[in-house]
Formats: sequence, C-alpha cells, structure tokens
Amino acid sequence: MRYLLLISADETTAEEQFATRKDLPDFDEWMADLERRGVLEVHAGLEMSPTATTVRVRDGEVLLTDGPFAEGREQVGGLAMVNCADLDEAIAIAAGHPASYFGQVEIRPLRP
Amino acid sequence: MTGVEEALAATFRTDGGRLMAHLIGALGDFDLAEEAAQEAYAAALTTWRRDGVPDNPRAWLTTTARNRAVDRIRRERKGAEKLRELALIQAEPDRADAFESGIADERLRLLYTCCHPALSLEAQVTLALRTLCGLSTAEIARTFLVAEATMAKRLVRTRQKIKLAGIPYRVPPAHLLPERTDAVLSTIYLLFHQGYADGRAELRLRARELAALTAELMPDHPEAGGLHALLLLLDARAAARAPGGVLVPLDEQDKTLWDFTMIAAGEQALRQVARRGQVGPYQLQAMIAACHVQERIDWARVANLYDRLLVLVPSDTVRLNRAIALSMRDGPDLALLDGIADHPLLPATRADFLRRLGDHEAARAEYEKAIERAPTAADRAYLHRRSAALKGR
Repeated sequence: MRYLLLISADETTAEEQFATRKDLPDFDEWMADLERRGVLEVHAGLEMSPTATTVRVRDGEVLLTDGPFAEGREQVGGLAMVNCADLDEAIAIAAGHPASYFGQVEIRPLRP
Repeated sequence: MTGVEEALAATFRTDGGRLMAHLIGALGDFDLAEEAAQEAYAAALTTWRRDGVPDNPRAWLTTTARNRAVDRIRRERKGAEKLRELALIQAEPDRADAFESGIADERLRLLYTCCHPALSLEAQVTLALRTLCGLSTAEIARTFLVAEATMAKRLVRTRQKIKLAGIPYRVPPAHLLPERTDAVLSTIYLLFHQGYADGRAELRLRARELAALTAELMPDHPEAGGLHALLLLLDARAAARAPGGVLVPLDEQDKTLWDFTMIAAGEQALRQVARRGQVGPYQLQAMIAACHVQERIDWARVANLYDRLLVLVPSDTVRLNRAIALSMRDGPDLALLDGIADHPLLPATRADFLRRLGDHEAARAEYEKAIERAPTAADRAYLHRRSAALKGR
C-alpha cells in the first residue's frame, strides 16, 4: 500500500529542536534505511509556511492568499511517500522520523 | 418464535462471531463478509422452513455465506479485482467442518484488527461487539445511547478505515505483540470502567463478554484471564456500589445485592490464571478485588498486593489505594498520603482520615474541597452525606 506521510511541527521551534535535542532518531539513518528497503518513493522538505501561496478560483477569478491555507504554528514541513505492506509498517516509519518526537506525522493512505 | 427462528437465533448467538471471523478471514473484507452473512441468515429462514433445520446449522450458514460472497464478487467486481478476490476465497479451503480447530486463530486475528490502536476506542469496541460478540447494530446503539442509524454509520466508517488505511488483518508480529495485547486489554478495561463510573450495567456486560472471549482466545496470556477475573469480581458488587445514585463504601454495602454466582466465577477465573505463576497488573487488581468480597477483609494482604502493584504500575491512584489499605490495617495517618502529588480523590481520602481521627472541623473543610474534585455525581452525593453527618455532631 502507498501512504503519504505529512510531517508537521511548530515551525517556530522545529529548527532548534532538531539542533539541540539529544533523544531524537537520526534523520540520515532514517532516510538511508528506507532507501535500502526500497519503500521510499518520494521525500521532500518544504520551505517555511510564510513562503506559501494559496490559490482559490471563485466566480472564474483567481484569488491568491499570501501564506498557507491553514493558519497556525503547526505547519507541514515535509512529506514522504512510502510503499509498504500495511499501516503497521507505515506507523513504524512515521515513528522513526525525528519530527514525530516534537511534532506529528499524519499518515494518509493513497487511493489506488 | 418458531422452531426455525429459535434454531437460527441460537446459532447466531453461539456461532455468529465465529462465522464472521471465518468469513472475514476468507474474504479479507469486512463489508463483504457482513453482507454475505446477512444473506446467509435470510436464506436460512426460508430454506430451513421448507426443508427443516440442517444437522449442522453453522456449517450450512458458513457454506451458504461463502457461496453468496462468491456470487457477489462475480456480480459486482470487475477485472483484476474480481480475479484477485475470487482467487483469495477459493484458495481458502472450505473449513466449515474444521470450525473448531482453526477458528480460534481467526477470531484472535479479528480481535487484534478490531482493537487496532489506529482506531478510536469507541470504534474498536463497537466493531468488536458487532463482529466478534455477534451483537446487532441496534443492541450496540442502545449500549452507547445513540440512534441505530448513527451507530450503523459509525460501523461502516470503521470498516472502511480498516480497509482503506490498510490495517493488517493478523495477530501482530512478536515485536508489536506485547504493546498491542496491552491495547486490546486496556480497551476492554476502559469500556468496563465507563459502565462502572456511570452505573450502566449494559456497558459492563459487554466488556465482560469481550474479556471472556479474549481470555478464551489467549489462554497463554495470564493478563487476559486476570482482566476477566477482575471484571467479574468488580461487576459482582456493582449493584451495591451506588444504589440510588449515592456511592456506598465497601464496609456499608448491602451484601444481599452482591452477585455471588459472579463472585464464584471471578474466583474460579482467578485460580485458573494464578496457576500460570506469572503475575501482572490486572491479575493483582483481581486479587485485590477478591479480597474485597471476603466476609472479613484481610487488609494486610490488600496492602501487600498494592505494594506489588505499585512496582508494576507506579501511579498516584495505586499509591492512594495503598495508603487507604494501610490506614485500614494500622489506623489512619495523614503521613500515609505524603508523596501523592495530586489526585482527584486525594481530598476525599484526607477528609476520611481526618474524620476517623476525630478532627471533624478539618474533615468538613476537606470534604468541601473533595466535593469540588469528585469525578462522578455518585461520589459527590456520598461526600455530601459524609460531610452533613459531621455537622450534626
């Protein structure tokens, strides 16, 4: 099954958490392990949410908003697409990402 | 009810859960299994009326349901999906005659799937009751005090999540097993506790049914049996615990309201798990609950059991209960409560100690605090009664 992992955290403190916390799993190892297992299809880190542009078309007019569609401190900072056996494997992958220790990872199954 | 209806109802009661487990195992699809089972029950009514009840009703139902599922797949599915599903069901041998042997494993797989922690507590419980305990949607709706249509929708959503999110249908592998088994047991315990806190006998009954099933399916896991024993021993006293909405302390309970058949069953279940010589938190709590239903409570033993429980579960709730047991053994002493940082029942316990020590003024002040913190209306009513009794002195 394929899953999208939406990795989010309080983006005002995420950098600091990455830099200072000693109890986090190592990101490079997480990545290398997934590549070795061949389960990682896509992985991307995102620029901070103030760089976002949100587009809506209403009555034929293109409307732009400066910023993400959902305001707030907790913002998506990265995503990964994995192809693995089942939800248990996806949960294990999500729980191995350092951001899950101070933020959260939402697992969404992809439509076939 | 006619003879046919009775035979069908009896088969559903005893074998409904097994049939569902078998079908879900064979089909790998909750919805299809549910539909196939419904059709088989409907077919049974007409066929059995015409031809009589078969010698082996559940084998008849299993075979019929499988055939109906195959028909449905042929009719509704297309292309690769159709081939895959047909291959799946045909690869599975028709085990109607092997119902007893392999089926425990399938029910266990189903239990772990229903109680997967990616599902909400209520979703877990309702699906387990529907598929494993064979309760109707209407019965479950009544248990949770919601409309039947609402419950039907929730069940559909839960089954959909299992399917679409890829929750595996299996007993978890060794590295996940302890954690997932704890999750199954704690789901059942929380269901019971909900019914215990607000006095709903039906919730407690359902929790006991699930606990009995879990204990049956996990004979090697002493905590499953320990939980079953605990729920029996607690439920046996439930009618005496808060009659009329006011909590009654153990030593004042009307023992004629206790269910001694249930106590005997709980003690029997406890003896069975005790033989395995592995003691976990549920079993220790069951041993404590067994002490509570004795004619004379051995508080030294209770305190000792709480000591052992504290090692496994170092929580303030256990510390508080241990302090109460010690106060019953040695007399009340506020020092026993040292080190319990904050707990909703701490003021109530302090008030009780002060009352027993004869310091009625201080006790009344603590009762006021306790009333504010009381977790349920029955607790509150009890504390009001206690406090009012002191005023008269």
